[in-house]
Amino acid sequence: MSFVLNEEQQILRDSAKGFIAEKSPVTELRRLRDSNDANGYDTKLWSQMAEMGFAGIIIPEEYGGAGFGYRGLGLVLEEAGRSLTASPLVSTSLLCASALLIGGSEAQKKELLPKIADGSLVMAMAMDEGAHHAPANIAATAGKDGDSYVLNGTKSFVLDGHVAGKLIVAARTHSTPGDKTGTTLFIVDGDAAGLTRTRHSMVDSRNAAEVKLDGVKVSHDNVLGNVDGGFAILDEALDRARIGLSAEMLGGALEAYERTLDYLKERKQFGVVIGSFQGLKHRAAKMFCELELCKSVVADALQAIDERRNDVAQAASLAKSRVGAVFNEVSSEAVQMHGGIGVTDEYEIGFFLKRARVADATFGNVSFHSQRYAELEGY
Amino acid sequence: MADLEAFRKDVQAWLEENCPPSMRTPMPEEEVVWGGRNATYPNPDSKKWLDAMGAKGWTAPTWPAAYGGGGLSKEENMVLQQELRRIKARPALNSFGIWMLGPALLEFASEQQKQKFIPPIVRGEIRWCQGYSEPGAGSDLAGLQTSAVLDGDTYTVNGQKVWTSYADKADWIFCLVRTDKTVKHDGISFLLFDMASPGVSTKPIKLISGYSPFCETFFDDVKVPADQLVGELNKGWTIAKRLLQHERAMISGMGLGGALSGATGQTLAGAAKEYLGDDNGKVADPVVREHITKHNMDSKAFALTMRRVQEEAKAANDVSATSSVFKFFGTELNKRKYELLIETMGTKMLGWEPDDTYSADEIGNTRAWLRSKANSIEGGTSEVQLNIIAKRVLGLPD
Ligand SMILES: Cc1cc2nc3c(=O)[nH]c(=O)nc-3n(C[C@H](O)[C@H](O)[C@H](O)COP(=O)(O)OP(=O)(O)OC[C@H]3O[C@@H](n4cnc5c(N)ncnc54)[C@H](O)[C@@H]3O)c2cc1C
Repeated sequence: MSFVLNEEQQILRDSAKGFIAEKSPVTELRRLRDSNDANGYDTKLWSQMAEMGFAGIIIPEEYGGAGFGYRGLGLVLEEAGRSLTASPLVSTSLLCASALLIGGSEAQKKELLPKIADGSLVMAMAMDEGAHHAPANIAATAGKDGDSYVLNGTKSFVLDGHVAGKLIVAARTHSTPGDKTGTTLFIVDGDAAGLTRTRHSMVDSRNAAEVKLDGVKVSHDNVLGNVDGGFAILDEALDRARIGLSAEMLGGALEAYERTLDYLKERKQFGVVIGSFQGLKHRAAKMFCELELCKSVVADALQAIDERRNDVAQAASLAKSRVGAVFNEVSSEAVQMHGGIGVTDEYEIGFFLKRARVADATFGNVSFHSQRYAELEGY
Repeated sequence: MADLEAFRKDVQAWLEENCPPSMRTPMPEEEVVWGGRNATYPNPDSKKWLDAMGAKGWTAPTWPAAYGGGGLSKEENMVLQQELRRIKARPALNSFGIWMLGPALLEFASEQQKQKFIPPIVRGEIRWCQGYSEPGAGSDLAGLQTSAVLDGDTYTVNGQKVWTSYADKADWIFCLVRTDKTVKHDGISFLLFDMASPGVSTKPIKLISGYSPFCETFFDDVKVPADQLVGELNKGWTIAKRLLQHERAMISGMGLGGALSGATGQTLAGAAKEYLGDDNGKVADPVVREHITKHNMDSKAFALTMRRVQEEAKAANDVSATSSVFKFFGTELNKRKYELLIETMGTKMLGWEPDDTYSADEIGNTRAWLRSKANSIEGGTSEVQLNIIAKRVLGLPD
């Protein structure tokens, strides 16, 4: 294993950087927000990203993907994080593609993965039901009806849920909320009868939706993995998503930090640049150290997936919790160090603050993952 | 790769033969080996172990064999360290010579000086101390006043140093002296001399931990041969700074790993279960558990970062000034570890001498806690490291 990027990875990162800087600066997120864009992301940009190979990075070539692994996807996500690019990368290319790779039948993979890779299919994972990430606390039910299942319940905070062509829905076939057994994953059409979707308006202007399941009928061959065995697949897919999202958050944190550093070097008060004040310098230097540590945990966690190491779960919780805490801190400090201009809507730095909190809440926040890390480590 | 495996076999065989069984046990404080002319060995095996390792050059595995070093490649050294860890071998030698002076000599000294000074460092025959700080020059190190005046081929040194670790036990000193009073940084030179020279005296200073590891050091007309000046006259500051990087790297290692200083090598979580109770495999106190988790995550992230930066340095990326990042983070981390341990062990970590209530291990942790407070001061304070990062890495102005 190596922390240093190989040549292919460097090329991928450079092309992602160039592409995103040109096509999707932070002004694009502002434009989507201000125009109340119905999709919440630019569909044209998404097809271009698919053409670049980004949508199918982790998908093996036999299913139409680029086969670049999670380290590769992490590099793209980090760049996307720097410019707060709204796209289905996380919902579809990271989370749902991972779930299919881990638990999907050959037929399901053959049908869905190539469509994810070419950008024609957006997918969403419908799991959480409350204000906090709690993948074991699923109350939505799936009752058996002959050869099919009937789904009832409400899902909240479903990333890209309102635009997804297909959803993966976690529902209970057995046992009670909180129990890790008895959950099953179902692949459900976005326009299935009985399914209603309402987009949440979120502080970061990105996409999440409430999904209501009112007697939605799903046939048996749309079960993902085994009946009652959904939690294991979900948890493994979530760990990959947590790691990938950490890469995106690292990009956001680095960008917010670097913008702040530039500001410290240019803004003058008392006749000198504010970056000469030790009260700010030391805080900037401490954040630098914290970010250096974040780079390491993210790189290590991405490699843990690609190398199929047995500590992926620990690496995921370490990365998500550490980067989450640091992104929260860096984005708050960024606003503070910008002074009054930092709290204006016109200035972009506030966008990073908003994204930091939503990303932290996604797939488990700092506390969730600290708790989980301790459990995994046996204390 | 095949070569490395062969090398590993050789190392294993050699260790089997040369590392005495008593050197594969946790090391009590009083058996730590510093070498030197007046070294004492409470456990005679430690002398055997030092001699064996010194003869191989494995106290300084990657230094050139021409100067008594091990001449190993980075990969071979990694194998050696793994094998040493595997048999839980004690460090054969603790040495400022190896940690700080040697690397600076390899870079800046004349061929003659290298031949003369490096082999005895490797074999632990000469114990060195560091004469940097002075009463008026701590963080502002370049403000030092101790003077050296050249007359013919001899320098005469006058002045005072302070916080000189083990000055009373050292054989030689590497000393920063002022050779030009009219300029600050460009008037400093790097001088080596024997602590037995007439005019050198030392006075121990007691620490809050109860130990007296360092001294006030006085120079009164000390005569030093001119050929013991390293590098050019008035160009010692460059050497001083480079040596500090090695010192900082050494000190930051202390933040690594979750093991505590006691001989048992227990972890924070293990101690917490022992002292606060075990609730179904969980540390019973949820707040302490949370603090331990945060600490362990930071430690793991820190260790991964040390590894990442080493790899990047090897791949020739720019890693300048990272020694300050590590010094700052590692020492603050180490201090937090011991504060957390007090929270965990309660009054059991607040004893002073071992007795029926306090075990030697518990007292060991108490003393280690007090010692850890110096980590973020010695080798440049945390504030100074942050200044360095702000200036050199982030490019913020003074
Ligand atoms: C255990 C131990 C072993 C040591 N061993 C040796 C040795 O072997 N040889 C040797 O030469 N020295 C040794 N030292 C000395 C050590 O290098 C100095 O103590 C250290 O550099 C700090 O200097 P000072 O003690 O004079 O503190 P000061 O410089 O007086 O600092 C006092 C406080 O002011 C802060 N401060 C100072 N300047 C600034 C600034 N510009 N910005 C912000 N804050 C600032 C410091 O961070 C500190 O908090 C040792 C010290 C310790 C504790």
